[in-house]
Amino acid sequence: MSVIVTATTILLLLIGVAFFLAGSMGLLRFPDVHARLHALTKADNLGLGFITLALLPQAADVWIASKLVMIWLLTMLAAATVSQLIARSALHEEDVKQEPGP
Amino acid sequence: MAPAFSALTLFDVVLCVLIIGVALCSSSVRDLFAATVLLIIYGVFVAIAWVRLGAVDVALAEAAIGAGLTGVLLIGAVARLKITESPAAAVSRWQFAAKVIPASLGLLIASGLAYLVLTVEWRETLQAPVLANLPDTGVLNPVTAVLLNYRAYDTLLETSVLFAALIASWCTTHDDLWGERAGLRQHTRRAGILATFGRFLPPIGLIVGIHIFWAGADKWGGAFQAGTIFAAVWILAIMAGVIDAPNATGRSIRSFAVAGPMFFTFVALTGVLAQSFLIIPVMVAKPLTLAIEACLTLSIAATLMLLVLGAPRRSA
Repeated sequence: MSVIVTATTILLLLIGVAFFLAGSMGLLRFPDVHARLHALTKADNLGLGFITLALLPQAADVWIASKLVMIWLLTMLAAATVSQLIARSALHEEDVKQEPGP
Repeated sequence: MAPAFSALTLFDVVLCVLIIGVALCSSSVRDLFAATVLLIIYGVFVAIAWVRLGAVDVALAEAAIGAGLTGVLLIGAVARLKITESPAAAVSRWQFAAKVIPASLGLLIASGLAYLVLTVEWRETLQAPVLANLPDTGVLNPVTAVLLNYRAYDTLLETSVLFAALIASWCTTHDDLWGERAGLRQHTRRAGILATFGRFLPPIGLIVGIHIFWAGADKWGGAFQAGTIFAAVWILAIMAGVIDAPNATGRSIRSFAVAGPMFFTFVALTGVLAQSFLIIPVMVAKPLTLAIEACLTLSIAATLMLLVLGAPRRSA
């Protein structure tokens, strides 16, 4: 039983790390702000999600497990909000660059 | 037992290498914004290091203040420097000296500390007396006991320094703008994403902050950590347009900022009547410590929030 639990944890952790790795590659390699945000948010949310899932079977009780889920949800909320704001300010900057008149 | 130990050792070694590497990058990179971001990453790594050392209180403070708040303040400073920065102001010899001298001093201090830790045999530390006198302090967290009782004057001075920093920040206000709301004018779309976020997150942040304040008496947490969380929530609510930024002439915001140091000084002075300066009587140790900590939390929150917003500015 415990072998299966540990194996599940390790497998999910590896998947999570793979998403983080892909996200970081995208962040470093993609050409503009929007593409980089795309790479970061997708990979970040899924990466953290899989790591949270991996840690859930290791949690001592439901209280700690729910704290882990709470951290994941809050991080997703913050990441979604911040990426929207960054994308919008990038759009605004592009507009300003294109028409420097008014 | 052995394999687990070596894995943790490997983790620690990697962490140490990362800390030193990020510190070197942060101080050697030319771009100020990149240096600030690297400093924030450095703060996060150092916080993890404190967790590994079992000092969760310090880790919380480092993450909240060292990485979070200092990062925000420095990003604000970099953004303002951008306006005045001239690209051709490189005096190479002095720049070189300005890097070599602090680097050698840092190396000297680090090697001195390493020498002490590795060679001196610590027969007697303060741990035992701290734990032995813990019942007299009214709290169960030894860190809180040290901060608010054994070494209370350190904390009193720390919060006074914070207050002085706030006054210094207010002093930079332009004469015409004195009495205006702090910081830049915030532009937020009604019912936009930021406005929604600014309504959704503060209640959760307040609960977490109160928990960390309350937990500080017996477990990990305390005034500085909770105060920083409250400050962050406050700033978010202001940026999201949920509440207005305070102005420096307002009476309530001033009393928030001064409540902690003032109450602390009051307690310290009443101690003089009883025995000596800054005595916390055993009889009322728990309620008094909690009251001091509550006032400090409020003041730290208000002061940090005002420091981040900065002096009133006209929006460009």
